[in-house]
Amino acid sequence: MSTATPAPAAGAGARRDPAAPSLTALAVLRTRIELKQFFRERDAVIFIFAFPVIMLAIFGSVFDEDVGGGVSFTQYFVPGIVAAGIMLSSFQSLAIGIAIERDDGTLKRLRGTPMPPAAYFLGKIGMVLVSSVLQTGVLLTAAALVFNIDLPTSPSRWVTFAWVFVLGTSAGTVLGIAFSSVPRSGRSASAVVTPIVIVLQFISGVFFVYDDLPAWMRNIAELFPLKWMAQGMRSVFLPDSYQSIEADGSWQLGLGAVVLGVWLVVGLAACLWTFRWSRRDAG
Amino acid sequence: MTSDRADTLDGAAPVRVRGLVKRYGDRTAVDDIDLDVQRGEVLALLGPNGAGKTTTVEVLEGYRGRDAGEVTVLGHDPAHANGAWRSRIGIVLQSSQDNAELTVEELVRHFAAFYPAPRDPDDVIASVGLEDKRRTRTRQLSGGQRRRLDVALGVVGRPELLFLDEPTTGFDPEARRAFWELIRGLRGDGTTILLTTHYLEEAEQLADRVAVLSGGRIVGLGTPAALGGRADREATVVWEDADGRHEVRTLTPTGLVAELAQRYAGRAEPGEVPGLQVLRPTLEDVYLSLVRGSIDAETVPISSGESPDSIGEAR
Ligand SMILES: Nc1ncnc2c1ncn2[C@@H]1O[C@H](COP(=O)(O)OP(=O)(O)OP(=O)(O)O)[C@@H](O)[C@H]1O
Ligand SMILES: [Mg+2]
Repeated sequence: MSTATPAPAAGAGARRDPAAPSLTALAVLRTRIELKQFFRERDAVIFIFAFPVIMLAIFGSVFDEDVGGGVSFTQYFVPGIVAAGIMLSSFQSLAIGIAIERDDGTLKRLRGTPMPPAAYFLGKIGMVLVSSVLQTGVLLTAAALVFNIDLPTSPSRWVTFAWVFVLGTSAGTVLGIAFSSVPRSGRSASAVVTPIVIVLQFISGVFFVYDDLPAWMRNIAELFPLKWMAQGMRSVFLPDSYQSIEADGSWQLGLGAVVLGVWLVVGLAACLWTFRWSRRDAG
Repeated sequence: MTSDRADTLDGAAPVRVRGLVKRYGDRTAVDDIDLDVQRGEVLALLGPNGAGKTTTVEVLEGYRGRDAGEVTVLGHDPAHANGAWRSRIGIVLQSSQDNAELTVEELVRHFAAFYPAPRDPDDVIASVGLEDKRRTRTRQLSGGQRRRLDVALGVVGRPELLFLDEPTTGFDPEARRAFWELIRGLRGDGTTILLTTHYLEEAEQLADRVAVLSGGRIVGLGTPAALGGRADREATVVWEDADGRHEVRTLTPTGLVAELAQRYAGRAEPGEVPGLQVLRPTLEDVYLSLVRGSIDAETVPISSGESPDSIGEAR
């Protein structure tokens, strides 16, 4: 991925028919160029892929008993860490990455070309999809091979996994794009975004047994998507008997889908109405 | 060329500005300027740091809003620009550090793909002299090379109208000359060009007309040869003899030189006027006087001369 393969020669050669290039073609080009840039930032790639595995390793060794019912702590944490990983590669990486692109002039330069704005957003979505799939794949592979966790075998569980993954990634992506306009500069972006993510992870039960958290904390967490992503993932990776210790005595998949769907719509609207191509003080 | 260009083929100027005002808070950066750029012309916008050049150009490019005035660029108000309009303009911004991880070739090809009728990316890379750097990541380019890449990205879409904000900052003399050739070539193809620069030689070499902006106002506009009445200004004739240095300002330097030749005819080297120089105000002299506000056409100081008091005998 990091070799200097030229992009497809859509613009090469002699003059083409003077019709605007199609949005689909541009979305594909944008996805490719985003992925190229992503994989060339080696440190970020290693962080995004290794971080969830490291978290799992740490939690697995700190708490080495069972949660109960033959489920080890490591297994209990897998769903939470899958959810946190999705949030890392969608929300966190876009909110920070786009704030930096706004600062360094990437966005300004693109805005000066006829590229349709939608092509830029689709490119980001494509990039997040690919990196989230890879990241989750790495995590689940490590969980199965290194930590000897049994992954679910029933197709219905993987169907749940797929929709929670897609809905969570989509919501995280649009919210990340929208949130990138909040930090005043690229430099301040990670200082603004990271604490929000960490707090959400704590209150949403990524690092604890969710039901051990105080009720007021859970009430706050219920307003945000991460809790519902983690709960949806628990329904995939934990035995059904664990439903009984969920707050409502069930996985609440329907409600989770609604909350994630609402955040997706809110995020999309925020993107469309508040996205800025230059810094707030650019004039 | 194509149907969407018809709206500007009727002879209207590609850039038309009337009464443009732009404020930042209570500070007025652009103060009621009028400016036209004619089809096929190269117009250079000069002015000291903070004069409002970038602000003006970025209003025309559609990046910045305005507080008053009428602006028409290729038949449209840039504040409501669309993709079709953007495909007809090329932009080189004043500064950039973006896309550091991509190579020269990747970037030029990628940007070419946004336009309906791009130039050949290889030709564009060659025209800015970056063939050796095609596979180099932007991060590893030198300052001047980075700037040349900016120029390449500005022209790859085959723009009808090209904006260049200090394009040659950091260019070595050879690269600067190559850039001038590139601009002359684009002009030859009929591209309309608005460029800002701090290099007066560059303006003189490239521009059909120059506009001097100072404190947000246009204080001079004309061909490089005639700016601020330069062509009509007095020349200064300088010579030195036993009595010291003489400087005489005159509208008829040829007559004065002939007279001096007569006067010195009987000396050691017959007909040679010792230390003879005829000085005309340079573009820089005119520029500096315009910017300092001494727009009085009679008293343009001459950079290589002495202060007016020291002028020797009058005729
Ligand atoms: N985004 C901004 N916010 C506030 N003030 C600004 C902004 N951009 C420019 N200014 C102010 O407006 C004035 C004109 O700035 P501008 O960048 O247009 O100057 P310039 O002629 O391009 O100068 P230079 O030759 O240094 O590039 C300056 O006083 C500058 O401080
Ligand atoms: Mg400027």
